[in-house]
Amino acid sequence: MKFLNRFGSYLLFIRRAFSRPEKGQVYVRELVAEFEKLGLNSIALVVIISFFIGAVLTLQTAYNMASPLLPRYLIGYLTRETLLLEFSSTIVSLILAGKIGSNIASEIGSMKITEQIEALETMGVNSVSYLVAPKIAASLVINPILYVFSVFIGIIGGLLSGLLSGVVNFEDFIYGLHFSFNPYYVTYSIIKSLFFAFIFTSIPAFYGYNVQGGALEVGKAGTKAVVDSSIAILIANLVLTQIML
Amino acid sequence: MIRVEGLYKSFENKTVLSDINVVFDSGKVNLIIGKSGSGKTVLLKSLIGLHSIDTGHIFYGTRDISLMSARQVKAIREEIGVVFQGGALFDSLSVLENVKFPLNLFSSLSEKEKTERARFCLRRVNLMQDADNLYPAEISGGMKKRVAIARAIVLQPKFLFCDEPNSGLDPLTSIVIDNLIEEITHEYDMTTIVNTHDMNSVFEIGEKIVFIHEGRKEWEGTKEEIAHTENKNLNDFIFSSKLYKKIKASL
Repeated sequence: MKFLNRFGSYLLFIRRAFSRPEKGQVYVRELVAEFEKLGLNSIALVVIISFFIGAVLTLQTAYNMASPLLPRYLIGYLTRETLLLEFSSTIVSLILAGKIGSNIASEIGSMKITEQIEALETMGVNSVSYLVAPKIAASLVINPILYVFSVFIGIIGGLLSGLLSGVVNFEDFIYGLHFSFNPYYVTYSIIKSLFFAFIFTSIPAFYGYNVQGGALEVGKAGTKAVVDSSIAILIANLVLTQIML
Repeated sequence: MIRVEGLYKSFENKTVLSDINVVFDSGKVNLIIGKSGSGKTVLLKSLIGLHSIDTGHIFYGTRDISLMSARQVKAIREEIGVVFQGGALFDSLSVLENVKFPLNLFSSLSEKEKTERARFCLRRVNLMQDADNLYPAEISGGMKKRVAIARAIVLQPKFLFCDEPNSGLDPLTSIVIDNLIEEITHEYDMTTIVNTHDMNSVFEIGEKIVFIHEGRKEWEGTKEEIAHTENKNLNDFIFSSKLYKKIKASL
């Protein structure tokens, strides 16, 4: 019952977030700022994680393919498939749910307890729309870009670790990357990344907006936001995979 | 002028405000005083429209906001300036950007005109140009209150609401803020409503004072009348300290 109550409040919150903005120009400024906060500030993290995971994927695949009957190009193939289908969409989104989610919940939560949200309301601003819509819009644009970026960097990481460790040569790895490539997997993963972006911005924003009390509650909201958005991402991943594949 | 008639407000079956009837005069500093938890903040937020009321009427001039649509209330909010207890400045914006914020939303001025207007308001509250590019985290409590006042008056509101404007300030800065509120009220002929339990404010700027006790209006009058009141709850509230008891005795 409590869950349904909260879910209903969340849906109403989302409806408010997408109601007509007061003055588009002000929202455009916010959108640009969010691109920087959510997108540019996440690139370094995505690069580092994707590079090393790509590198480890190649090594682990190679050491699990000891049989000489298995062609070496499968190393490149499996690295690509793992990055393309799961890591760069789901795992990167889970990581971003931790980074961006806690940031959004604490930012909006702090605004709530310091009356900044009430100040917006007294100025006649729809505070939900003003604070949340640009974050969701920015992440919907940025997350698919980060996905493509992550796949690309992960493959570079895999290639370099494969070459430097000598487990695969350049030609085999590149052949594996091209082998049995299904472009639909990219579409599927980009659609997933859009859903995940919506989840890891809207749920933390909801928790932040409904903070009541002081700094302790802001911290709790941040934790709840990360946990719930991570669970929601995992459930959405399962549902979307069942529907789309 | 703001007129309140038969206002009731409750939260989850707990009545916070009962049968409030009061007129806040235009061109004057109207104070709402009372103990913590007496309901004065709820009254102030109900007047602004941040809390919906259970029953009653709130008239801004002749306009009853309790009967208005959300769009009409929004239009009235353009005539309102609010100074929150902690200033409620937007952390991500500089001092100048904070003051420009309402102009960005509601005015059709050019960027240059907006900056000029914002700077004029900052100078009006005695903040010099070197503060313009500072962020709220970099300025003192007193400066925050001044910026909040500058932001509240930037659209030349007809109604100014201040929630505990002196909380957390030293006595000297409190007097500066009180005087500033009084000056701009008279300068712009605004209806100013200040929520306070600062006794210095009561005796300095209380042109009209409304005392709220346990959710009811117990007394109203002026700063001159308050010293001679026979209301026991008000006397207990105002003259609770030894210093104020001595002052009353000397009066």
